[in-house]
Amino acid sequence: MTFVEDRAVISGVGQSAIGRKLGRTGWDLGVEAALNAIADAGLSPDDIDGVASYPGPVGAEGGFVGATTHDIRNALGLKSSWYTSGVETAGQIGTLLDACAMVASGRATHVLAFRSVWESTAQAAMGRAKAITGHMTRASGHTAWRVPFGAASAANWIGMYAQRYMHEHGLTREQMGNVSLNARRNAALNPNAIFTAPITIEDYLAARMISWPFGLLDCDVPADGATAIIISRREATAGLRRPPLTIESAGSAMYERHSWDQRHDLTTMAAHDVAHAMWAGTSLTAVDVDFATLYDGFSYLTLQWIDAFGFAEHGKAGVFMEDLDRFSKDGDFPINTHGGQLSGGRLHGYGFVHEACVQLWGDAGDRQITKDVEVAAVGVGGGPEAGCMLLRREG
Amino acid sequence: MTSPPAFRLLPEVTPETQAFWTGGESGELRIHRCRSCRRWFHPPMPACFHCRSREVGPEVASGRATVAAYTVNQHPWFDGFPPPYVVAIVELDDEPGVRLTTNIVDCAVEDVEAGLPVEVVFEHRDDVWLPLFRPVTA
Repeated sequence: MTFVEDRAVISGVGQSAIGRKLGRTGWDLGVEAALNAIADAGLSPDDIDGVASYPGPVGAEGGFVGATTHDIRNALGLKSSWYTSGVETAGQIGTLLDACAMVASGRATHVLAFRSVWESTAQAAMGRAKAITGHMTRASGHTAWRVPFGAASAANWIGMYAQRYMHEHGLTREQMGNVSLNARRNAALNPNAIFTAPITIEDYLAARMISWPFGLLDCDVPADGATAIIISRREATAGLRRPPLTIESAGSAMYERHSWDQRHDLTTMAAHDVAHAMWAGTSLTAVDVDFATLYDGFSYLTLQWIDAFGFAEHGKAGVFMEDLDRFSKDGDFPINTHGGQLSGGRLHGYGFVHEACVQLWGDAGDRQITKDVEVAAVGVGGGPEAGCMLLRREG
Repeated sequence: MTSPPAFRLLPEVTPETQAFWTGGESGELRIHRCRSCRRWFHPPMPACFHCRSREVGPEVASGRATVAAYTVNQHPWFDGFPPPYVVAIVELDDEPGVRLTTNIVDCAVEDVEAGLPVEVVFEHRDDVWLPLFRPVTA
């Protein structure tokens, strides 16, 4: 009982340079990540016959759309049997999961899946607030229900969920701050991370408030960088560089309306739907997971993934996070060993897939997890956006 | 917030949302409701997501609600809309689970809490009447 009958595997990963104000475009970063991932798999661009990306050509400003599927296809002259992009999908990795099904069904053999952002460079001149509302003269779509009330940012939308969890379950800011402290400590071992200077809980509590209960250190950092993952048909990986990683299970479910405020239980998110679906597709359970990479666009989202995956009992994610030593590379349950997006930079979802793969292959260098690791849980997204995977290294 | 901000980015008004955004002209909070199963729902859609009836339309809700969750925004996202201000998700008394994202007004930001009973008050701008909520006064 495995995802897409075990026919699709991860055969390679790659990233571009990652940083602040690199002065490079999202296309350029996307091409670099794609070529690195293709080479990592031991393939050539001519072997790539499928392309998938997030979010595609949506009308967003400020470097959110670093490169679309066609941008990278065109830049590299890729001949494609299948290609896609999309934003109405299971978090930032929805089209990557679709790629697995396409590979399994024979529509493609080796798919390049990627996400590129250049928000740091693109927003340097315009400012973050302008990047969010752009040149809108009226708020439309789901933002029509939020932006007129000054709720311009996901910090506002997700901050309300965090407040509700505090109200119902007694989560404290100190517990939530441990997500930020964990990310920062782990980032110190990642040469590509953006913020590596140690922080204390006092620093966390003293940081400028953005939108209660989120201070500045609860929010991730806009970055320039691209990440690419190669999805291959299992029988096409013989002789390649890497032992293929099995996608044991995955979740792309959504059991309710797509909404930022109508979900029946405000102490859960779409993460809970995809986690439920993921566990339904495997005989493994939460106790079989060796480490996790959990989305942290805001600190609270990591707690949501802990809650959703069942690493802690519902409502107890803050208590679970209290013993920080558990979550380092030397701990019994490492989380976000690369520093997450809070300290590693907002690579927008794909960075968590990349880190899980690198750790499973034993290639993480100074930040390699000390214990032997075979199973990783990857949770990506927040609010009504969520996708997840359970990755496994064979023997 | 005690006085209206100088600027709000207003919502686009669509055929589905016009009743909601203009009800305040008559002092009415208009929320979509199913004429078959009588459930309220939001945002407005051309079908009831509970029973799939297409016999739906705006009706006048009580205007009473309870704060389900809130955030005190401290960051200046817009010129002319200075922090601090409270953004809240309020749950309508008319039906549990039917919620609006809004501002809590006529109230110190530190006095807002989950469970606070609130009532609608409208702020008119251009062609829309924004439903805001204040602590219940009566």
